[in-house]
Amino acid sequence: MSSRKPRPPSGRSADKYSVLLPTYNERENLPLIVWLLVKYFGESGYEYEIIVIDDGSPDGTLDVAQQLQNIYGEDKILLRPRAKKLGLGTAYIHGIKHATGNFIFIMDADLSHHPKFIPEFIRLQKEGDLDLVSGTRYKGNGGVYGWDLRRKLISRGANFLTQVLLRPGASDLTGSFRLYKKQVLEKLVERCVSKGYVFQMEMIVRARQLHYTIGEVPISFVDRVYGESKLGGNEIVSFAKGLLTLFATT
Amino acid sequence: MTKLVEWLVGVTVILVAWAVVSFDLLELRLPDTYREVAWPMPLYLLVSFGCYSLATVGYRVATFNDCDEAARELQEQIKEAKEDLRKKGLKM
Repeated sequence: MSSRKPRPPSGRSADKYSVLLPTYNERENLPLIVWLLVKYFGESGYEYEIIVIDDGSPDGTLDVAQQLQNIYGEDKILLRPRAKKLGLGTAYIHGIKHATGNFIFIMDADLSHHPKFIPEFIRLQKEGDLDLVSGTRYKGNGGVYGWDLRRKLISRGANFLTQVLLRPGASDLTGSFRLYKKQVLEKLVERCVSKGYVFQMEMIVRARQLHYTIGEVPISFVDRVYGESKLGGNEIVSFAKGLLTLFATT
Repeated sequence: MTKLVEWLVGVTVILVAWAVVSFDLLELRLPDTYREVAWPMPLYLLVSFGCYSLATVGYRVATFNDCDEAARELQEQIKEAKEDLRKKGLKM
């Protein structure tokens, strides 16, 4: 149960949070994640908007997004679709262009990230005027649901290797539940060239290089798709390649 | 300096120091004990690091939090959300 947080007095806080939701075939999950976002942002009293960036999903995700827009309003749900699957980095760039907030949340639309942590992200960011707040599965009471031993071993092993090679000053580099100041996200996306998991890692590494301040919030990651899409050899190889590239170039 | 360069510099410094002591390259004529201790150091360090890595990863895997509570809560909220959205007119 979430407690009722006091609403910030109107006019005092000019902060607005734009949530970027890149989607591909999330017809089932999109309404649920939007409902949760509306619930927790509503309780927090902060201004927000949700930007759905659908990459031409064949399952009708955009139709569902349209319905959500009718229910919650065009000022709260923005649709900025693209014709085909174009990748995360460009989705962020596309989303930022249309974001009217001064802060940007990025997160997964498949319910693995839970909006209940959003007030904690905001609190931590305000506390230290941080440039970036990252959700971590590895510290505090952060954790994962739905992973077997093999998956945990791969995850911790890869993370250990990353810590040794890059010494990044953040415990969870491949996580994608983050809060950025808008101009910080803009600068970082400009400079990052990697894809997939490694893109998220590169964002943190570059943030460190540019001396941005980073905070961490323990989050629970509920993996509901793991059973369907296992972490295969291909992904491990591309992760290793990406890690070595970052090692050699940053 | 990239991390790669940092590592190369660090490793080079250590290896040079080791070689100087182990093979008496600068004719320092250090006591034998120095050489005896220094000689196997690289191997010891590698093995120690290996053990440290295994122990650390092992510990972290063993203490990896399982968020059963979070999964349950999510299921509850999904039900609630579906019901509420249905009332609001969403056709799923």
